[in-house]
Amino acid sequence: MTRIADRFAELKAQGRSAFVSFVMAGDPDFETSLELVRGLPGAGVDVIELGMPFTDPMADGPAIQMAGQRALAAGMTLSRVLDLVAAFRKEDDRTPIVLMGYYNPIYAMGVPRFLERARAAGVDGLIVVDLPPEEDDELCLPARAAGLDFIRLATPTTDDARLPKVLSNASGFVYYVSITGITGAAAADAARVAPEVARIKARTDLPVCVGFGIKTPESAREIAAAADGAVVGSAIVERLGRGEPPARILEFVRSLADAAHGA
Amino acid sequence: MSAEGVNSYRTGPDERGRFGIYGGRFVSETLMPLILDLEARYEHAKTDPSFWAEMDDLWKHYVGRPSPLYFAERLTEQLGGAKIYMKRDELNHTGAHKINNVLGQIILARRMGKTRIIAETGAGQHGVATATVCAKFGLKCVVYMGATDVERQKPNVFRMKLLGAEVVPVTSGRGTLKDAMNEALRDWVTYVDDTFYCIGTVAGPHPYPAMVRDFQSIIGRETRAQMLEREGRLPDTLVACIGGGSNAMGLFHPFLDEESVRIIGVEAGGHGVDARMEHAASLTGGRPGVLHGNRTYLLQDEDGQILEGHSISAGLDYPGIGPEHAWLHDAGRVEYVAVTDDEALEAFQACCRAEGIIPALEPSHALAHVMKIAPELPKDHLLVMNMCGRGDKDIFTVAEALGAKI
Repeated sequence: MTRIADRFAELKAQGRSAFVSFVMAGDPDFETSLELVRGLPGAGVDVIELGMPFTDPMADGPAIQMAGQRALAAGMTLSRVLDLVAAFRKEDDRTPIVLMGYYNPIYAMGVPRFLERARAAGVDGLIVVDLPPEEDDELCLPARAAGLDFIRLATPTTDDARLPKVLSNASGFVYYVSITGITGAAAADAARVAPEVARIKARTDLPVCVGFGIKTPESAREIAAAADGAVVGSAIVERLGRGEPPARILEFVRSLADAAHGA
Repeated sequence: MSAEGVNSYRTGPDERGRFGIYGGRFVSETLMPLILDLEARYEHAKTDPSFWAEMDDLWKHYVGRPSPLYFAERLTEQLGGAKIYMKRDELNHTGAHKINNVLGQIILARRMGKTRIIAETGAGQHGVATATVCAKFGLKCVVYMGATDVERQKPNVFRMKLLGAEVVPVTSGRGTLKDAMNEALRDWVTYVDDTFYCIGTVAGPHPYPAMVRDFQSIIGRETRAQMLEREGRLPDTLVACIGGGSNAMGLFHPFLDEESVRIIGVEAGGHGVDARMEHAASLTGGRPGVLHGNRTYLLQDEDGQILEGHSISAGLDYPGIGPEHAWLHDAGRVEYVAVTDDEALEAFQACCRAEGIIPALEPSHALAHVMKIAPELPKDHLLVMNMCGRGDKDIFTVAEALGAKI
């Protein structure tokens, strides 16, 4: 069992949905980011998605674009992201960490070297936005062979004919993108999400978490009730952009987590 | 498809959209069904005679094709070597080669029932061409343009607005072509139902590099026929400038399997291809990576972060290059060189005075390389450079570079 599988099994036993939070590694700087990430499990976060900053985040809205730019400006690199994970793992060996980002920094490091370092640092899974199943031999299959989960995105444009392909090499959980659009854009609609989650769950035993467009505790509660988990990113990252200290951001995260868990 | 032992350089891409290791479909899942649909619809249109009949009619009566193959006699005399011909794609409607491709994509979009067209633009030529064809067909048009480029290409911004397009200045990144492309992709992922993304160069996810190449190949096919008629044989050397590489691929592709034809692509060397990275020469000064849906040579740092290119020409200022060029580079079939801003400016002025043609800054790069090699070549050597755009849009940039006030 991986940390991700363990965590979802635990939640299932408790009858709770997962709360997944996204923060950009190194935003606004390494130390502040590490402090924030260390506080996430205590604030009720079940799975941590850690952004790997990239200059050209094509699927992200302004909040996460700016977060990446802040991190890069402060000297963040993929190598430092892995350092941050390793530092976190010294104190927490249970909370799953999923790296989320784009392929080029990984390709630049070299896939074998990246996978070896990610494993050693304590990374559990990967979400790479610009690697659809058509490109599985690039990273998905090597990552699975190295024991890392490869979390696949399913979207409103993924129809029934295509869904099996999307699910074929998926592991960990399935990330359902609630809207057609970029991160932090339109509001997710639980009434439209529920049948989509059911459609996916009919074809896989993996948990289905839903993200994109969840900004408030109310929305987190509704979405979490309709799925196995809710993911929030932009709404958290925006607060970092406004200069809020980690302690206050963690209060907000707790309100989201409580709402999602209450569902 | 590997570079070794190929019988033909014209069979790519393979079924995965790859030219060797380059190309591919590196897009988010939301877009994947859209590009698969586009590929299927394009494959169908490609073999449909009525599609090409519509293209041919518009190429002839709307664009003004075929463009002339012009013997640049004075320039040839001044350089004292190879016989220099110019493929005059700057005489096309809208003043550049871009419209060749836009027509194809918009006709396809209409067949797919799409009602909203989006495009990215750098120098504004692709944006103007897209706005033009959208006006002709009554389609809604949104053009993403880096804020920096909006500033340095004001006449084209106004043209697009006159044509009824909405021009969206992009402030993310450094506000140039790559940022405009990011923003266009963000738009597409949002408006998936009614929107067609009209990409301006031979880059992006499969099938764009192949599709844009096919539409631009009219340049090379005409050149071949015109040269055979004029000189009774094929040209010896082809030269074209490369940003993303669509005009070059259009000229080169029909000649790739002609062993006797030397083919040279000219990248933007900016302030010089060196460690300062103040250039836009992806092949000469970059390395393979993945951006905007394809694997190709990119300007990037050690961490895989994309660097902003620099060129005096907004149309060449892109940190990547079409994947087929990357493959032809590795295969050694096409030579790729770089020309600096200053050399391009020299060529720009020489062309104005010697031929009475004001070239765009983009083909001025190709011409600068022609001026380097032509004097060393024999007088019966047939050299074709692609005059892919006219320079009206660039006179302000050139005036500033030359310290002139207008």
